[in-house]
Amino acid sequence: MQLWEIQGILEAELLWEPVDLQMEIEMARAADLMSDVLNRSQGGELLITGLVNSQVIWTAELAELKAIAFVRGKRPDQETIGLAKSKDIPLLATKLLMYEACVRLGMRGLPGSLGTIW
Amino acid sequence: MEEKVLEWDYEINGKDFRNAGKVSSKVKEILKELGFDPDFVRRVAIASYEAEMNVVCHAERGVLHLTISPEELRIVVKDKGPGIQDIELAMQEGYSTASPEIREMGFGAGMGLPNIKKNVDKLNIASTVGEGTVVDMLIKPSSIREFG
Ligand SMILES: Nc1ncnc2c1ncn2[C@@H]1O[C@H](COP(=O)(O)OP(=O)(O)O)[C@@H](O)[C@H]1O
Ligand SMILES: [Mg+2]
Repeated sequence: MQLWEIQGILEAELLWEPVDLQMEIEMARAADLMSDVLNRSQGGELLITGLVNSQVIWTAELAELKAIAFVRGKRPDQETIGLAKSKDIPLLATKLLMYEACVRLGMRGLPGSLGTIW
Repeated sequence: MEEKVLEWDYEINGKDFRNAGKVSSKVKEILKELGFDPDFVRRVAIASYEAEMNVVCHAERGVLHLTISPEELRIVVKDKGPGIQDIELAMQEGYSTASPEIREMGFGAGMGLPNIKKNVDKLNIASTVGEGTVVDMLIKPSSIREFG
């Protein structure tokens, strides 16, 4: 699934531009516990999270996650957005709740870190 | 012929949560530039980040020392801080003394040391209460690890 499709499905706003909207994303991972993301992810995922601090960006950078979608209408501060930009990690912000965001993407066929939807 | 060894030192500041990850990001950059396999780089980056995060969360300050030789990569993170009283207990998944502030950032679930162990080939922790902790990690580029 490409980033522009994810943006549309989540009715999300891009937090910095320009980003490569054709970026191919093959998996997603939803979590608010960054240690769990570090423990169980493949690399290459879209991270769906309700946390907006800089540790989310560092986690994505170090675990090689491709992009981040913030749920519940939460947004990181400018410095954190700047950090993501410097690491070339696209940021999306949606008003959807975590579950809704996951279901929408799952229904459109985006698998999780284990490569499955069910 | 003498064996070629590359070395780097980076300082880590306690409680500097905004920059916690910067040093490990540098480590990752170095390994990428040297052309290491992406899975290996990712494993090192994750172990390094958890160790860096532990200095930021639990200690006052520390130094990350990276050594690369043809056979192996070694990261030693040495800090000045409270130390760990019971290392075996600290290694258990779920054991944590982290503050609510750390939990709010998505850490402090007691998974850091187990995460490190999972990603390295050899882990050695030495600690003196009231002085500090040394986390010594060895990672071999050839070893293949399973996801899970
Ligand atoms: N560098 C350190 N200095 C002092 N204590 C530490 C250090 N690293 C780990 N610890 C102790 O070990 C516990 C477990 O560490 P870890 O598995 O990384 O989990 P967490 O950091 O999430 O608490 C910590 O809560 C802390 O009590
Ligand atoms: Mg930790």
